[in-house]
Amino acid sequence: MTITPHGSLKKAPPLTIPPRQAARLPESDAAAGGLFEAIQRGEAFETVVHEATRGEKPVLEVSNFNLWYGEAQALHDISLVCPDGKVTALIGPSGCGKSTLLRCVNRMNDLIDSVRVSGDMTLNGESIYTAGVDVIELRKRIGMVFQKPNPFPMSIYENVVYSLRIDGERDRSVLDEVCEQSLRGAGLWDEAKDRLQSSALAMSGGQQQRLCIARAIAAEPDVLLLDEPCSALDPIATGRIEELIDELKGTYSILIVTHNMQQASRASDYTAFMYLGRLVEFGPTDEIFLQPRLKETEDYVTGRFG
Amino acid sequence: MKVKSTDRILVWSLRAASATAGSLVLLILCFLVLESVEGITRVGAGRFLNDPGWHPSQGAESEFSLVPMIAATIASTIGAILLAGPVGVLAAVFCRFYAPPKLARAFRSIVELLAGIPSVVYGFWGLVTLVPLVRELAPPGASLLAGILVLAMMIVPTVALLAFAALKNVPPGHLEGATALGLSRWTTIVKVVFPSAASGLGVAIVLGTMRAIGETMAVLMVCGNITKVPSSLFDPVRTLTANIALELGYATQEHRAVLFVSGLALMIMIVLLVFVQERLQRRARLA
Repeated sequence: MTITPHGSLKKAPPLTIPPRQAARLPESDAAAGGLFEAIQRGEAFETVVHEATRGEKPVLEVSNFNLWYGEAQALHDISLVCPDGKVTALIGPSGCGKSTLLRCVNRMNDLIDSVRVSGDMTLNGESIYTAGVDVIELRKRIGMVFQKPNPFPMSIYENVVYSLRIDGERDRSVLDEVCEQSLRGAGLWDEAKDRLQSSALAMSGGQQQRLCIARAIAAEPDVLLLDEPCSALDPIATGRIEELIDELKGTYSILIVTHNMQQASRASDYTAFMYLGRLVEFGPTDEIFLQPRLKETEDYVTGRFG
Repeated sequence: MKVKSTDRILVWSLRAASATAGSLVLLILCFLVLESVEGITRVGAGRFLNDPGWHPSQGAESEFSLVPMIAATIASTIGAILLAGPVGVLAAVFCRFYAPPKLARAFRSIVELLAGIPSVVYGFWGLVTLVPLVRELAPPGASLLAGILVLAMMIVPTVALLAFAALKNVPPGHLEGATALGLSRWTTIVKVVFPSAASGLGVAIVLGTMRAIGETMAVLMVCGNITKVPSSLFDPVRTLTANIALELGYATQEHRAVLFVSGLALMIMIVLLVFVQERLQRRARLA
């Protein structure tokens, strides 16, 4: 993989939006003072879903999903599909529930005692939330990369093959093979191959994050969850991660949470815009960024709001 | 310039306070060394290890072997830490990872309370409850085993609280990462939490050990205080600390000086442990 400085990534589409092209809200909502105000008042509304999202084969489906932290509802009736082999981005202002939604996919929210959910998600057609699901097995099928790189305090090699180790894989040649493939997959092989036995904590932040991606893909997950994977990285490291996402596309289905509009527009195929726990608009990234149906989405993606 | 003068006052009073604290420790150490030097030169260092026994007040026939007391201190400390270490660490693990929040809070308050119970109360309880129980196993009851059990009870809270703090210091990212990889809770604890908290857990054990070495009153009450190297867990023993507490009141001349030597021996053990603890803490900070 060649190092491309962040600035020269060519995938960014122009973010200028032709005026007047965005569809208006229905009159009734507009009269009530806009969609965001309506959401703030807790009024129900229909998510705007672009038709193009329906033709794809979904790897992950979210249906009528609600989540409460104690009494406070954090997710409201979310329905969403993550198409197979594609990158789906979750965007929205802080506190809109995008990370919460992401963490529901591998049931990380089980760790929080006060969390209650309703609705369901399915991974390749299998329910994630019905009683009796083996959460451990579920998590093994889902890779996750966090905001802050979190390699374990052990060698680079051990980090990558960790998921195999805990499944009892002892065969050195298998481990070596997986280690190399995963590190290559994460674009880290050339930098790491001569120091596989040194501590992962000695790497730079960007390298650590790619190591975490290598660790996640070593288990060959059905879907890869990325929770703001670049927010703790400098622009060059961010550029490399974005390149990597582009390379992983097709092989892996990716769901990524990001605060960075450019990143969503560059890296993703589909984009879901969330606000205060609701899914507002969901469609192909080009359409969301260039021809959003809602004025609110347009305002957000162009930076006029949020 | 007014701000600066109050600042100066503050700085100087802080300096005075830390100088007082630091010099007190140094003074005690100097005092111990000075008093011991007299004992070492007058009695001869070799006799502390080679004399046949401990008969310190018999004029020219006095014997000054510290071996029984050193053996008792080491045996009771090791025994206590072998019991209290695993119990304390596992209690902390339970509290941190398994207990429901309310139970965990209650449990921690109880452990904090245990840590605050005066040692004489432990000793008292040991004397009236534990010693008779041990006596049923093998007389006389007041023994190394009773001392180990009481000491273990006393240091479990210390170890548990410090271990809990060490476990809490494990970066949440490690836990999340392990969970997301599909590790079970126990695997996460053994494979991720323990390695990353190892230094902190080490500090917990070391501080527990120091408390066990220095404990005087409780062991004095339950150990039987015979100056003989123990050959079994049921033998009565006398630790270095108990020996000082028992005899300093009436000791004179060489006897008194040798007691200071045993104090110095204790101090050296503690200094070594502090050294170990500091190294562990430095590692914990780097990890």
